[in-house]
Amino acid sequence: MSQIPSRREETLGGYIVHGIPFPFDSDPENLAFLKKLAPIQIEQEYHITYLHSYGQDSPWFAGLSNRRLLASHDPESGYTYANPRGHDMTSGHETEWIDITERSAKVHAFTVCHFGSEEFLPETPYVLALIEFEGVDTLLLTRLLGVDPDQASLDWIGMPVRPQFLRNSKLKPTDVYFAPASLG
Amino acid sequence: MRPVYAISGGVSKFAKARPDKTFQAIVKEAYDYAIADLELDFPSFTRCVDGSVASYFSDHFTRQLMAGIMVQDYLGLVPKPGHRVEGGGATGGLCFQEAWKSVASGHMDVCVAYGFETMSRVETWKGNEFIALASDVSFDYPVGGFYSGYYAMMVTRHMKEFGTTVEQMAAISVKNHLNAYHNPYAQKRNRYTIQDVRDAPMVAWPLTRLDICVMSDGAAAVILASEDGLRRLELAGARIHHPLVQVVGIGRGTDAMRMADRPHLDYDTFMRDYATEQERNSDETRTYYRHLWERGTRYPGVHSFRAGRTAGNMAYKMAAIHYPLDDLDFVELHDAYTSSEIQTYEDLGLCRYGEGGPFAVSGKAFMPGIEYGLDLPEAPECPVNPSGGLIACGHPVGATGLMQGVFAIWQLQGSIARHFGDDTLQVKDPRRGAIHSHAGTGTYVTVSILEKAD
Repeated sequence: MSQIPSRREETLGGYIVHGIPFPFDSDPENLAFLKKLAPIQIEQEYHITYLHSYGQDSPWFAGLSNRRLLASHDPESGYTYANPRGHDMTSGHETEWIDITERSAKVHAFTVCHFGSEEFLPETPYVLALIEFEGVDTLLLTRLLGVDPDQASLDWIGMPVRPQFLRNSKLKPTDVYFAPASLG
Repeated sequence: MRPVYAISGGVSKFAKARPDKTFQAIVKEAYDYAIADLELDFPSFTRCVDGSVASYFSDHFTRQLMAGIMVQDYLGLVPKPGHRVEGGGATGGLCFQEAWKSVASGHMDVCVAYGFETMSRVETWKGNEFIALASDVSFDYPVGGFYSGYYAMMVTRHMKEFGTTVEQMAAISVKNHLNAYHNPYAQKRNRYTIQDVRDAPMVAWPLTRLDICVMSDGAAAVILASEDGLRRLELAGARIHHPLVQVVGIGRGTDAMRMADRPHLDYDTFMRDYATEQERNSDETRTYYRHLWERGTRYPGVHSFRAGRTAGNMAYKMAAIHYPLDDLDFVELHDAYTSSEIQTYEDLGLCRYGEGGPFAVSGKAFMPGIEYGLDLPEAPECPVNPSGGLIACGHPVGATGLMQGVFAIWQLQGSIARHFGDDTLQVKDPRRGAIHSHAGTGTYVTVSILEKAD
């Protein structure tokens, strides 16, 4: 049963103030009283638009918008990163791109977020998952769909999953998400 | 490196919001307390101190760059040397260690480490967004950036591999909140039951609101000195408290920002590079770990903090700690989540990897003399977060690691009753304690060991 709120939610909004109480004169007793003044709090806005570059990782996003999931691997050791990485952590070599779209994949760990950062609050509850791929040494953080957020279970770990791609790419890592392979 | 003594500290009241003062003035509360505890006046201490290190995590929370110099200025420390350090949740621990380095290296004889965070200036969920920006903004944040979610993923893996339960996590919440009941500096001083913790609103499955620390406004300061510094302070009229507390070990570790990128190492690599001395020297433990690996465990994956293990091993080596549970009399560790306290028991070698859950409910990490309302089979051995930790004290990020330092000094001085007005949380005759500071998903972790010097 959902909880019935008994308190109004607080927001930062307030009233414009045209005058603040202040002593009429500057005698020391009145000025000393200012120590008892409650703090004045005002709103400050902060908006900014960044031109963010994916740099050497850009092809990974280009892959998503073409329904392909890329990974980086070291050409000598074959060590493979599910998240793109321009250079290998061990050898320092420049990595090469490989395609892991068709690799078998399963849930390694997950959570259901019932709250979130302000940006994602409207999307709650949502499921975050770390995915492991056959022959890939590291994991990928993604959204998991096709499971009931109210039925979270450790049994989800190990569940075979498949990548799904947004038809209209946003050029964000959420262009790919995963769903149980059993859903076809 | 020369001996470094942690001689005094102060903590402001941690609260959900402190609109009554600017961040500079909140730091001054902690700073003034630390000076007053030396029975020095403000100008005399200013003459004695060589410089400072400032600690705060996020420029977003203050909407102010260079906040560090504004504190330095307000405290009357200009033109003495100072700098700001930043490393997420470990900022305070890093600050403590940078101040230690300033003194140990001979660069300074008296150094003050101060830190703060004022997190109330934005709404809680905007604050969570700021914190989540401490995850990769290309790959992690846009997927649904939320730190409680990241830690929840880690613990689902811990639960799956090791059988850790939500009730074991909840026991930590009960312990830390009830410890804090006796700590006047703490933000949340409540008696809860396991059921209360589980019935609290679910935040990120399986973590409820009572498994997670809260945002706070607050500050802390620690004064460190060399032997020459002690003499200088005494000549200026300071009363140096005895027993002296020496910082005998520092350690630090790091790991990949994206937890997905962390390796899954084999048994031999784990034993060679990461096992504690105690683990390596035990046939039984080597067999235990071999069985874990046979069942599929790899290290660190996302269930463990390699940075924490690295920091602990480094600090233990420097401080000649061989058996952490026996050799440490208390630990103040970074329990931003009940789950991360369990993971950190393991990283710090208080128990083996995979045994953090049972350790949490064994009783070994509880305070003696407090009735927790839990059925604890074993006697306290090494109280963990006797102060109440982050979960109950609050987590004003830049202050937290220094707050741990202050509480550790007071424990080792035996002065908890004087500072808390209650001796319930005084660990009996402690010789050595550890403080542990940890940044998001275990990216930076610091461990420092403090010990009675006389």
